[in-house]
Amino acid sequence: MSLDKATVKNIAFLARIRVPDEDLEPLAGELNNILDWIEQLGEVNTDGVEPMASVSNVTLPLRRDAVTGGGQPEKVLANAPEAEKGFYTVPKVVE
Amino acid sequence: MSDLNKLTIADARDGLAKGDFSSVELTESCLASMTASKGLNAFITETPEIALERAKESDERRLGGKAESAMDGVPIAVKDLFCTEGVLTTAASHILDGYTPVYESTVSGNLRNDGAVMLGKANLDEFAMGSANVTSYYGNVINPWKGSDGKDLVPGGSSGGSAAAVAGDLCLAATGTDTGGSIRQPASFCGIVGLKPTYGRCSRWGVVAFASSLDQPGPMTKTVRDAAIMLQSMAGHDSKDSTSAPIDLPDFEAALTGDVKGLKVGIPKEYRVDGMPAEIEALWQKGAEWLKAAGAEIVDISLPHTKYALPVYYIVAPAEASANLARYDGVRYGLRVEGESIDDMYMNTRGEGFGKEVQRRVMIGTYVLSAGYYDAYYLKAQQIRTLIAKDFTDAYEQVDVILTPTAPSAAFPIGENLDDPLAMYLNDVFTVPASMAGLPGISIPAGLSESGLPLGLQLLGKSFDEETVLRVAGVMETAAAFSAKPGQ
Amino acid sequence: MSYIIQGETCDWEVVIGLEVHCQVTSKSKLFSGGSASFGGEPNDHVDLLDAGLPGMLPVVNELAVEQAVRTGLGLKAQINKRSVFSRKNYFYADMPLGYQITQYDQPTVGEGTILLELEGGKTKEVGIERLHLEADAGKSLHDQHPSKTFVDLNRAGVALMEIVSKPDMRTPEEAGAYVRKLRSIVRYLETCDGNMDEGSMRCDVNVSVRPVGADELRTRCEIKNVNSVRFVMQAVEYEAQRHVELYDEGEEPVQETRLFDSGNGTTRSMRSKEHAHDYRYFPEPDLLPVDLTDDYIDNIRKTLPELPDERRERYISDFGLSAIDAGVLVAERENAAYFETVAHGRDAKMAANWVTTNLFGALKKNGKHISESPVSAENLGKLLDLIADNTISGRIAKDVFEEMVENGGDPEKIVEEKGLKQITDTGAIEGILDDIIANNPGQVEQYKGGNDKLIGWFVGQVMKASQGKANPGMVNKLLKDKLSD
Repeated sequence: MSLDKATVKNIAFLARIRVPDEDLEPLAGELNNILDWIEQLGEVNTDGVEPMASVSNVTLPLRRDAVTGGGQPEKVLANAPEAEKGFYTVPKVVE
Repeated sequence: MSDLNKLTIADARDGLAKGDFSSVELTESCLASMTASKGLNAFITETPEIALERAKESDERRLGGKAESAMDGVPIAVKDLFCTEGVLTTAASHILDGYTPVYESTVSGNLRNDGAVMLGKANLDEFAMGSANVTSYYGNVINPWKGSDGKDLVPGGSSGGSAAAVAGDLCLAATGTDTGGSIRQPASFCGIVGLKPTYGRCSRWGVVAFASSLDQPGPMTKTVRDAAIMLQSMAGHDSKDSTSAPIDLPDFEAALTGDVKGLKVGIPKEYRVDGMPAEIEALWQKGAEWLKAAGAEIVDISLPHTKYALPVYYIVAPAEASANLARYDGVRYGLRVEGESIDDMYMNTRGEGFGKEVQRRVMIGTYVLSAGYYDAYYLKAQQIRTLIAKDFTDAYEQVDVILTPTAPSAAFPIGENLDDPLAMYLNDVFTVPASMAGLPGISIPAGLSESGLPLGLQLLGKSFDEETVLRVAGVMETAAAFSAKPGQ
Repeated sequence: MSYIIQGETCDWEVVIGLEVHCQVTSKSKLFSGGSASFGGEPNDHVDLLDAGLPGMLPVVNELAVEQAVRTGLGLKAQINKRSVFSRKNYFYADMPLGYQITQYDQPTVGEGTILLELEGGKTKEVGIERLHLEADAGKSLHDQHPSKTFVDLNRAGVALMEIVSKPDMRTPEEAGAYVRKLRSIVRYLETCDGNMDEGSMRCDVNVSVRPVGADELRTRCEIKNVNSVRFVMQAVEYEAQRHVELYDEGEEPVQETRLFDSGNGTTRSMRSKEHAHDYRYFPEPDLLPVDLTDDYIDNIRKTLPELPDERRERYISDFGLSAIDAGVLVAERENAAYFETVAHGRDAKMAANWVTTNLFGALKKNGKHISESPVSAENLGKLLDLIADNTISGRIAKDVFEEMVENGGDPEKIVEEKGLKQITDTGAIEGILDDIIANNPGQVEQYKGGNDKLIGWFVGQVMKASQGKANPGMVNKLLKDKLSD
């Protein structure tokens, strides 16, 4: 499995991480090294093996339907880089 | 009085109870040590005012006859991955610049409620991704142990700051988190005790998430007894964490009976890896001999899928991390780097905010989950994970605990392995398999390398059997009689 | 009834599938304790998890699971004993975690069916593919500022049931009927309030076309967030036509997501979609699989109310109502409840008639919902009793009803106060009759001369003289008797 510059650029976009053009090739190299090493997993026979759902053997805990949080917009907005009139603000999204 | 920072939790508990000294004095001693050892860069944020305030409250409680918990008045460092209310929490990342949580993590809250005194937020690898504490936005942590040539050494990672702080007596103990070895490996590199409890034993609520199915908070201490004491305070069911085990806590300290007669200790042959330094192999054997001498039975076992644990880890952990780190987008907290469009803003913020190792892992994670690759990578990895866990379950039909080295080397110089991520990953070869199976593991300092650096031995236990792990570790600790301290 | 679009080279049929997002009726959200109620000051219903803060973890709302199972049972669907939550990864300003927790390959509910009621009493069964639980996103407001988007996370994390139909619909009418019926069912079950204005129910419409008689499915477009039955039907019409026109021009529709412009009934492409989404689904590691027992499912089944289809059948067989009347009455649970109160111990057909014609007509005219009806079911029932025992005539009853609509009130009192009781006393009627006959010799002669139709005129005169209170049946009989002397 070999990643080329274009694939790395695409992955970077999916992950929303700006990678300068000149770094794409070296990054591809690093990622390829890691992926090559991971290839050895192909050796293992996993026919009929269930993928691990969780290491816990507990059952899913369920919560009673009740309002136990919220009602504190100031707290929620406390660390916001930018906020106005109680809203978070971001550069305008074009739909 | 100024050596109070060198005490263990157990000794402090005694001293405080007897009135030999106060928590404030104990805390001041640690604060002085922190100042003297600033060069270690073990802390990202120091909280002396909070520490003294909490120490004072502890002393007042004690005066009023209300100090109950063993942790009451004990000064500790909190890994800067635990959200602490009103105190800067960074995960050692630029992207969490200025982030001040309005809530306290369950584990640090438990310690706080039990009266522990927070000295500050310990440095770590960024977002817990690393095994040398060389990826922190706030700079490398230096191991209090020095190389024989005087070079600065890594403390291990990701809980490097916590380990260095404990080893250097900047605090009596520290919290860490372990995802693939991040408590155990730095404990080994720094000559201290590090315990990763069973997955689900400690709550993950309020801990900045790296890999959800692997992360586990745990104690980093000077002795095995201290680890038992601290675990008692940290652990417990939390309904806010759906993966938290709904089971009662046993008395962990009571498990330290010193008796391992008839106990079966497994030695897994697959942990004997190519190129393993002879001294580590020798120490491992010595460990087995100590336990045998104490009445345990040594059993050769096989954990066939051991070598696949690391590559499995480097699929599963980055995959989960790629999603867990998606929330760091500059919208609601932390760093924001402006952009013309929102996607621009995301890309600028995350490109600048995340360090190189984090970016690498997020990209790997994104890739292995992407269309067309999920089956070949993520699904396959989770299947092999089932096999790794089964290896352990099968082994535990024959043995009660498993003994292995903790790390494939002693602490190495800062700057080594920096240009080869893979070489860095191999630091976790002995610790990762237990993480994949969610099992408890402890590292205790067992001996010194030829160059005089600490080497750890690891004990792995059955699910939720920290008691046996602690019991055996206690016996080994006594046998090892490791008393070396870093010559500063 | 088939819906065919005539193209230049052939006739085309339309293939429609609907994905409807229904907000679960619950107090708190799917994974957090934040309030799930509508509205609120910006970011007031936002819990720490909803804000996507570091270290926060999801905990499943037990009621949301119940509501999903209940809805599944109402759709006669397969309930999956094991279901798994997954992360759907993408970046958007109102998606604070950077992923949505949803269900991907193992949803809580599997295949089911919905019966559509169409015009002319026709019905059609449409398949349900699945129902799954997922967390809603927040709201982005793009029109508050020239260069910024405002984000309100109140809605982020609210429990949604996504109900996916099979592509079984072929006409705009069927699409509309589907939405109506689904809404009716969830309102009966009280698992969703179906309020499309408030966005508790939103439709994504999938449209494609193919030559009549063809089997294959061609490129489809998804029209997102259509918020009324009428708009759903319009969107289908416009989009299908657009596809046919493209094929006629030798082109093909691009597979894409589009938005419906309710102002001019058209659809347009969503500009920002140059990169296809790769959602990178994987099982949610912070949660365990949902495992349901047979007992759990049975217990919910036992609490199901009578659903629209069963109720409609009962009205037809037990009350003898027509399919159309029954259908109209059962569509809304409150309407059916109202009707049953009126019909209790009375002539059901008469009750049905009065409710569907007179009451619904009055409510519509006054823009009122049945819960705000000025005429209570008890009082309407009393009105029907007054007709049945001949206290008032049907004609007078209509007047009384209008009075009740205007000012509320008990019909018995209104009849008393206004002296509207029907005159059934033979002597009194005869008195009026004699007067009319005496005063209109001309008409009497014409009638006796063979103009039978004049009886109506005489009856009219008697009714006028009695202010409508004389019993028309009796008037008729007595007139005939008298005039045949």
